[in-house]
Amino acid sequence: MTAAPRTADVSDTAELLALYEEMAVIRRTEKAAHDLFLSGLVKGTTHLAAGHEAVAVGASAALRDDDYVFATYRGHHHALARGATPEECLAELMSRASGLCGAKGGSMHLTKASGNMLGSYAIVGAHLPMAVGAAWSARLRGTGQIAVAFFGDGATNIGAFHEALNLAAVWKLPVLFVCENNLYMEYTPIADVTAVAHPAADRAPAYGIPGEIVDGNDVVAVREAVDRLAGRARAGDGPGLLEAQTYRHFGHSRADPATYRPAEEVERWLKHDPLDLARGRLAELGVPAGTVAAADGRAEAVVQAAVEAAKNAPAPDPRDALTDVWADGGARWRT
Amino acid sequence: MADVITYRQAVAEGIAREMRRDPAVVCLGEDIGAAGGVFKTTAGLHEEFGSGRVWDTPISEQAIVGAAMGAAMTGMRPVAEIMFSDFLACCWDYLANEIPKVRYMTGGQVTVPLVVRTANGGGLGFGAQHSQATENWALTVPGLKIAAPATPADVIGMMAAAIRSDDPVVFFEHKGLLATKGPPAPPDHVVELGQAAVLREGDDVTLVALASMVPLALAAAERLAEEGIDAEVVDLRCLVPLDAMTVLGSLAKTSRLVTVEENPYQGGWGGTLVSIVADEGFGLLDAPVRRVAAACVPLPFADVLEAEVIPTVDKVVATVRDLSAY
Ligand SMILES: Cc1ncc(C[n+]2csc(CCOP(=O)(O)OP(=O)(O)O)c2C)c(N)n1
Repeated sequence: MTAAPRTADVSDTAELLALYEEMAVIRRTEKAAHDLFLSGLVKGTTHLAAGHEAVAVGASAALRDDDYVFATYRGHHHALARGATPEECLAELMSRASGLCGAKGGSMHLTKASGNMLGSYAIVGAHLPMAVGAAWSARLRGTGQIAVAFFGDGATNIGAFHEALNLAAVWKLPVLFVCENNLYMEYTPIADVTAVAHPAADRAPAYGIPGEIVDGNDVVAVREAVDRLAGRARAGDGPGLLEAQTYRHFGHSRADPATYRPAEEVERWLKHDPLDLARGRLAELGVPAGTVAAADGRAEAVVQAAVEAAKNAPAPDPRDALTDVWADGGARWRT
Repeated sequence: MADVITYRQAVAEGIAREMRRDPAVVCLGEDIGAAGGVFKTTAGLHEEFGSGRVWDTPISEQAIVGAAMGAAMTGMRPVAEIMFSDFLACCWDYLANEIPKVRYMTGGQVTVPLVVRTANGGGLGFGAQHSQATENWALTVPGLKIAAPATPADVIGMMAAAIRSDDPVVFFEHKGLLATKGPPAPPDHVVELGQAAVLREGDDVTLVALASMVPLALAAAERLAEEGIDAEVVDLRCLVPLDAMTVLGSLAKTSRLVTVEENPYQGGWGGTLVSIVADEGFGLLDAPVRRVAAACVPLPFADVLEAEVIPTVDKVVATVRDLSAY
């Protein structure tokens, strides 16, 4: 593990191109997940993050490799941004033994512990106190690490959000709360069930935490904001909260056509696509279109190969259903 | 009346019938309004009764169930939805410490007539935090009634009994049954809580099941019949009140007992049932009792792994076959 942020400066075109390519891989992985689901190869449900790529990639770029990350069931992009490969992720979704969690977790629980991506949690808000605990642990061990919890706007209405913010603030812990505000909880607009305009950022000050708002589709803006908040947290100035405004391209979960969203809203947000924005920035920096197209081509190839490899991977051994319950590997609860 | 109705439609129909009858019945929960609920189990209610009686909530399980409690203490009959039964844990203080105790603690002064409805159980590949059969959690709490219907008509009849009950009821709707169909319920259909149903008569062994395990037990009984083993299938319907007398009555005939439970073996309702049988019906038994239950592990995601953990027709058949040879 390195102790330095992975990218130094996103005005550096090579770095920005790398961030773009990461987002392109995520976008294509999500599309593949969608298609595999439709063709019956992905069971259960999926909560795709297409449209949210800049939050995961921008934030990760500002973090050290050894910082901790916690995500929600909409966490494919965070797992990928923290080092899980498309092949591992798709194999998990397709119930293959080679999946990230050995096909025990599924789409909602992608976890890459070796990258300190400590999981995706399907109980809304559950992981915010965990991130507080990881930050506390980092403080106790004096490692200089920080912890980041990514969550949705809907999560700001559950008790765990409020308890986590307060505890983080009173203990002045190095934790960042990053809200991906995509305007909807499931099918209900967040504005219908929340009395403030910015469900995360407007409430943070009540806990003594600065609440910032950022264009969550702009990978550079996200990177800069997280960089700043992470710097404060590492310096001992306490937690930070970032509300990243973004939009999901698909419905809430696999079966949701998202017909409750006004057409002009969808159109406006699709025009504000994180990949397009990054492409625009690259063009401004003078990067030739061919260079960007080559990055797209590499992303395409990686994901295609991942789909093939995952399809060809073996199913898990049914006996593995009874492993991993206890630290000794087994499941024995009685003699 | 249509000649079949789905379990999913029966939920909305059961609630609607009570809302028409009693203006004190109100609903609250996440996405239950215009969206009709994530499982479409409240479809049509918002259209018929409006936002004054069908309330969308934020993702705030403690507030949902705590507010339902307050409303129930003051003259309403709230029906609260907790989307997946796994999320009951988020409001467990209300379910374990507040709602079931207040009547008792106040010497009977305060009553809490509410229903907490929730989608329970596995079989759909939703992974460990969206697939649990959690009826055994509620079973450990004195003061809660527990309903878990297996058929559309029972959904309607038991919903009526639950909403009319002056006691709090946790109403488990099984995700795996939502798409199943059955005969509709006649008008004013009420199935009193605490009455098991004998769904198949048989002489050789009694299979006792609940919710999604009921069709599984019936399927196993058909397979066993081909082998000449005649199984009686009892649908328990409710865990509290528990109709032990129907089970003991069946045992008087068959003298062999197998429980079929989706919840983990450890702490499952079958443990309570067989302890009653050991206590009060030992003389009726010609063989040991057997419990087919889930393994004591979190539910894995992959189908092949999940099938390894929860009961299947094969596992029930093998258990009964084995027991018959005793
Ligand atoms: C405690 C709890 N309540 C309800 C749910 C069901 N549920 C899953 S996702 C979701 C909406 C969450 O919205 P948001 O936090 O905005 O995140 P997004 O899905 O938009 O990323 C709900 C209500 C849950 N998983 N956990």
